Amino acid sequence: MEFQGFVRPDGRAGARNRVLVVATSDCAEPAARMIAHGIDDAVSVTQHQGCIAIETATTLAGAAKNPNIYAALLVSMGCEGIEAAPIMAEISQTGKPVELVRIQEAGSTGKTIARGREIVQKMAAEARKQKREAIAISRLAVGLKCGGSDTTSGIAANPAIGAMADMLVDAGASVIMIEPIEAVGAEEFLAGRAANETVKKQILKWISDEEKRWTVPGASIDFMCRGNIDGGLSTLEEKALGAIHKGGHRPIQGVLKNRKGYLEMVPPGGGFYLQEGTHEEIPAITYMAAAGANIIVFATGRGGVFGHAICPVVRVTGNPETWARMKEDMDINASTIMEGRESIESVGKRIFDEVVAVASGKLTISEQLGLDNFAVWKQDPRLEALLGLP
Amino acid sequence: MKKAIMMDAKDNVATAISAIAAGEEVKILSTKQEVVQRVTAKEALPLGHKIALTDIKKGAEIKKYGAVIGRASKEIAPGEYVHIHNVESNRMPLTEHMLSYK
Repeated sequence: MEFQGFVRPDGRAGARNRVLVVATSDCAEPAARMIAHGIDDAVSVTQHQGCIAIETATTLAGAAKNPNIYAALLVSMGCEGIEAAPIMAEISQTGKPVELVRIQEAGSTGKTIARGREIVQKMAAEARKQKREAIAISRLAVGLKCGGSDTTSGIAANPAIGAMADMLVDAGASVIMIEPIEAVGAEEFLAGRAANETVKKQILKWISDEEKRWTVPGASIDFMCRGNIDGGLSTLEEKALGAIHKGGHRPIQGVLKNRKGYLEMVPPGGGFYLQEGTHEEIPAITYMAAAGANIIVFATGRGGVFGHAICPVVRVTGNPETWARMKEDMDINASTIMEGRESIESVGKRIFDEVVAVASGKLTISEQLGLDNFAVWKQDPRLEALLGLP
Repeated sequence: MKKAIMMDAKDNVATAISAIAAGEEVKILSTKQEVVQRVTAKEALPLGHKIALTDIKKGAEIKKYGAVIGRASKEIAPGEYVHIHNVESNRMPLTEHMLSYK
């Protein structure tokens, strides 16, 4: 089975052919935004953790390395703690075109924008020359996420996404799931899917490490939103047991490392992987994109509606009230499962077909609307050190 | 008649497929859509919220998906609404801010 995509110099396959303008610090963000403005398929991103938050550099480089990106332009102020050169070197390893403009070197903001636009217009023109070609589905990587969850997510949308995940893995593709906090209480189910004893230990540690981060004595941290509770979710365990349904049933091959300046990309060969990271929607999607995900399949009960700068997001709702109210914002209706009108497998197949169509160029609703959310998570190195975590 | 879905035969709660009013009789369906039980709702509950299928003693496990989702913080009778007012997590309690959502 094949999709129509773009082959990159490093052999990875892309579902989009975007030019990414990366501001390496938020100081340079407006200039990057103005460079990308109005140029087809150009999109700008940054991180908002400050200019010395070197932990975020790996994620920015990862976003640009994603095979949906044809070429990247880095925009830096020049004096940041986050150095642009190593980010550029990291992206260059993929063989894709990368350039850099430093505002302080260019001489002014205006000169930077003019120079940047010239570069990005040229990159976009080159990108348009590359045509889609038939690529085996096995070279596709799909990330899974749920948000604005309610109990319909665990009953309808997530199980249907799980059926799709199984179909993808059976076709040789890669599937990635993140959000370790939403595995607390579901250890038995996930560990039971481990491909071997080493992976089983990795999975249990992935969950227990995250639980430690959230249960620091004296800290009181919200872990569910209003919509979760309004939607009937009573405990973290209930949320987790619903959330893991989107992972399907195939063996878990490993936990992708994502720490201390190292973000592991999903290896070739397909299969199901977990990833270290966060459960917060946009930064979690950024992490999966940096690990190589081409497309994100997103389950929402309450109606979480956003897109992503790197990956098309396919939205699935299992809530009949949300479907009735927000149809025009949903790519897939899974509420037919709640109503007993359609099987989990049948909805799973619809999502699978949609993913293949989107991989081949069909625009998702968030893309049609131009929603290009982007955020970078920053793990707190002090917390990691205090807890003795890797 | 209103319906609620029971995700596993071991469960002691079911999830409402549509909003249920107090006093309504509720058909409890398995995931295969077979009617496995009937209960009368003691309280109103919105779509997606849980109804108790059995007597659940204070401190006893609340089961959904055939797994433990928490424990009863007070005695729960069949047909009662089950949510954060009578369920507690075994792993991470809701914060004061989260409890204010109710």
